[in-house]
Amino acid sequence: MEIVLALAIGTLTASGLWLLFRPRTFQVILGLSLLAYAVNLFILAAGRIRTDAPPVVARDAASDPALYADPLPQALVLTAIVISFATTALLLVVLLASRGLTGTDHVDGEDGDQ
Amino acid sequence: MSSPVYAIEDNLILTPDPRLLLFVLAAPYLASLCAAWLPVRARATAAAMSGMVALAGLVAIAFFYPAVAGGGTVRQEYEWLPILGLNLVVRLDGLTLLFSGMVLAIGALVSLYARYYMSAEDPVPRFFSFLLAFMGSMLGIILSGNLIQIAFFWELTSLFSFLLIGYWHHNQSARDGARMALIVTGFGGVCLLVGLLLLGRMAGSYDLDVVLAAGEKIRADALYLPALILILLGAFTKSAQFPFHFWLPHAMAAPTPVSAYLHSATMVKAGIFLLILLWPVLAGTGAWYLIVTTTGLATLLIGAWAAIFQHDLKGLLAYSTISHLGLITLLLGLGSPLAAVAAIFHTVNHATFKASLFMAAGIIDHETGTRDLRRLSGLARYMPVTATLAMVAAAAMAGVPLLNGFLSKEMFLAEALEGHSGTIIDQLLPYLATLASAFSVLYSIRFIHQTFFGPEPRDLPHQPKEAPPWMRLPIEILVLLCLLVGIIPALTIGPLLAAAARAMLGAATPEYSLAIWHGFNAPLLMSMAALLGGAIMYRIAGSRLNAIEQSPIIGRIKGRRGFEATLATIIDGARMLHRLLGTSRLQVQLRLIIGTALAGGAIPFLLLGFTLGDKATTLLDPVFAVLWMIGGACAAGAAWQAKFHRVAALTLAGVAGLAACISFVWLSAPDLGLTQLLVEIVTLALLLLGLRWLPMRRTDMWQGTPNPWSVKLRRGGDLAIALLGGGGIAAVTYAMMTRPQPDSISRAFIEKAYPEGGGTNVVNVILVDFRGFDTLGEITVLSIVALTIFTLLRRFRPAPESVELPHQQRQQNAADKARSGAEMGDTVAHYLFIPRVIMEWLFPVVLTFGLYLVMRGHDLPGGGFAGGVTVSIAILILYMASGTRSVEARLNVRPVRWISLGLLCALLTGLASLLLGYPFLTSEARYVTVPLIGAIPLASALIFDIGVFAVVVGTTVLILIALAHQSIRSPRTRKPDDLPPRPAVRQGEG
Repeated sequence: MEIVLALAIGTLTASGLWLLFRPRTFQVILGLSLLAYAVNLFILAAGRIRTDAPPVVARDAASDPALYADPLPQALVLTAIVISFATTALLLVVLLASRGLTGTDHVDGEDGDQ
Repeated sequence: MSSPVYAIEDNLILTPDPRLLLFVLAAPYLASLCAAWLPVRARATAAAMSGMVALAGLVAIAFFYPAVAGGGTVRQEYEWLPILGLNLVVRLDGLTLLFSGMVLAIGALVSLYARYYMSAEDPVPRFFSFLLAFMGSMLGIILSGNLIQIAFFWELTSLFSFLLIGYWHHNQSARDGARMALIVTGFGGVCLLVGLLLLGRMAGSYDLDVVLAAGEKIRADALYLPALILILLGAFTKSAQFPFHFWLPHAMAAPTPVSAYLHSATMVKAGIFLLILLWPVLAGTGAWYLIVTTTGLATLLIGAWAAIFQHDLKGLLAYSTISHLGLITLLLGLGSPLAAVAAIFHTVNHATFKASLFMAAGIIDHETGTRDLRRLSGLARYMPVTATLAMVAAAAMAGVPLLNGFLSKEMFLAEALEGHSGTIIDQLLPYLATLASAFSVLYSIRFIHQTFFGPEPRDLPHQPKEAPPWMRLPIEILVLLCLLVGIIPALTIGPLLAAAARAMLGAATPEYSLAIWHGFNAPLLMSMAALLGGAIMYRIAGSRLNAIEQSPIIGRIKGRRGFEATLATIIDGARMLHRLLGTSRLQVQLRLIIGTALAGGAIPFLLLGFTLGDKATTLLDPVFAVLWMIGGACAAGAAWQAKFHRVAALTLAGVAGLAACISFVWLSAPDLGLTQLLVEIVTLALLLLGLRWLPMRRTDMWQGTPNPWSVKLRRGGDLAIALLGGGGIAAVTYAMMTRPQPDSISRAFIEKAYPEGGGTNVVNVILVDFRGFDTLGEITVLSIVALTIFTLLRRFRPAPESVELPHQQRQQNAADKARSGAEMGDTVAHYLFIPRVIMEWLFPVVLTFGLYLVMRGHDLPGGGFAGGVTVSIAILILYMASGTRSVEARLNVRPVRWISLGLLCALLTGLASLLLGYPFLTSEARYVTVPLIGAIPLASALIFDIGVFAVVVGTTVLILIALAHQSIRSPRTRKPDDLPPRPAVRQGEG
């Protein structure tokens, strides 16, 4: 499992980085979403791989932390998901506004050599 | 949190509460704020306020005199950052009592003077606001008992001095002078801060009293010399010592009350004050003697020499101030206790006579319209009182007996005669001191003689007349003080000086006498020689001075030119660096950032090698592998196709996102899977809405010909960085996951989630309870983003070529037109009719599901985020099914209200626990049985979560609606004539 997850994160990162360097705004937004997936999975991986152990504790007994997956990275990722949604939306609107003003969807607001 | 420390020798003395000191310090700032709000013409009110605050402060300070006269210190300490040794300390001893008294007394007099000096046309309350703030900052330097605090107020004096010099900001020279003063003193301020940090490090504390007691340790430290040089740079720039003196004459563009206050009595004395304050710690070494004495001597001579050749009254006084500051610095450099006493004494004397001279110069300027010595003449017959006052003050400046300047100058000359080191400076000092005194006599005579005596003035801008009595009053008081101190020093300044000297020197306080007559001795002879010499020089050369344009010898060395050249060099250098290294291109910046991160991430691997941990890996599930084969391929496909096939790329990226969702669920994070899936839907809708406004892609720029090498090279480089980054992250992740997890706070979270948080879903309890404050911050960020997007889109103007209706709609409309019996737009209206009805019926179902997610969030996967996004999806579905106009005719969603109510709800939940005596956002949990539904967990955290829910609904809906509205808004603003010709190529638009 570990190696697959690591490779998955690597693939997402590589695809995201490639798109991040592209000149068109849509590519950059897509790249950021892919990078966000990678980062979220990476944070989750910091809690190590656990299957079938969601951190929902029993009501009656005292909870043994060894029985549950680490909730802390999950809380962090939950925050990250929402924030990355907000940044994606903001970026999209900024880029649309820039497109309306400059007439191009190049990230620098002017068509360069490409 | 206050811990008053009394260190008073005699407990029988009744001392006012030390907290009064804090009031003295704060009052000018408060008054400054009040003055800033006064009406523009409230000249008298502002002046009265300023004067009253200064007087009240003076009275308050006076109450402390009994407590500090015997050498005691009054301290009040407020803890701020005790771990870092940063506490707010106000302290008062004999020395600081004298200096703060001086600042407040002259402040009161200057306020009165400025009331009459400032024109009613100017925004005078602003002037007094700055003046009061400056007064507070000056008091801050003096009353601080902490080194960092001193540096802080030091910077404030530079800032307010800048504002005051530039008060007449329509005047170019005022702006230039203000900027120059700010840059020079600001540079010194930075040096001072570093120097004080070093000093605190050497002493082991930033507390002034600890530092003062650690003199020997500091002088023996290896860091002593760098600290000394830095602190001296700070003091010398502030006190206009050579070679930094040039800013002071340019600061004369300030209104005269500012010159009288800042540039004679207070701000330039801040440097002197610092030297006096730290004298017990820093003085007494060879380096101190060499640097301080040489600088002081050079400043004394250069200032006095240049003052002789000034034609501007204020310029003359400015250079004279520089010269006297040099004298005081020289005295401090000598390092003997007696010289130090003389330095304090001369500081006070100089403030008294120089402030009155500046005020007199201001009256002359005010009443005649000019300050040019070459045009002024014979004013004594028009303004006899001012003339008399100026004469007495100038005589004090020249060092005429029976005036205060004489006494301290005698002490200076006596100290100049004493041997201190046997160096060449020491040998020459008596002669140079006499020479400088003679210069001082010369320019004092010139000031008086050319202004008040001689023939009737001609061609003055105004007919000269006497100034109003209230404007003369401050000068009268100051001149009276000059006389009193000069005639009966022991009864006036004596006790204050004694207290100051004892505070500064402690046990080393020397015996000194303030008598006017010490018998016929060498200092008296030198004094007489200087007086006679100055008078004779004026007799011989005085009439020719007016013809000399610039000071001989030193006139060509223009400090200003050097300053501007330095500034220009720095700016040019910065421009060059920016040209070399800077770029405004996003792609280059991103490559640099990612490249740097990559290099930084590679260093540990290169140094330590790549090793795996010994944690056993979990067994691979083939389904998981297949999942990521698909997910990875889709991610790579999205990267590949994003340029020409946008919708395809979006879909592929969506599949990769789904793989991430499934992984979350697989890896025991159901909350994440749920939220990610919902957010995925909203993001997709958002991007689809955005696609409409993007331009069509040209299939290829280099169609037919092979891509140029530069493009291939760039793409190759990007690919390499991307692959290296991806590979690196994969390696790091794998290495991390093969190591056992260190113990973390998670243990406590799991153990306490139910007993203390009242919820079984630990992730949700963390979000709304344990780390509720973070979540509050996060929803605030969300709200800000939503409002930003809303604002940006209000001004959104789509690019001209995306204004027309989409291709499909136009085809459908054309078909309607061609067909008989059909209204234009029928096909569009009936598009996907059955799915639309289903979608409308889904609305309540999705809505209920969203609410259910919120309610169960505390115990089971769900929560405010997931619920909020679900509800916004319900609204989104409705919009998609019925169209914007028809939804808004029936349903009035007010997203901004959702956002504000949500934020309010979350905040009030937090504040409620504060009211009940618990820390902010403490949760209280209980189960409540509701008929039909059963037991629901009703923690106060649930109310918080509802706040989160409302913010998320508001934000998401606001963003989506704002984007969706563009489509119905733009056709309305469209002008058919402006439409560009339709592009011929339509391929590549997904």
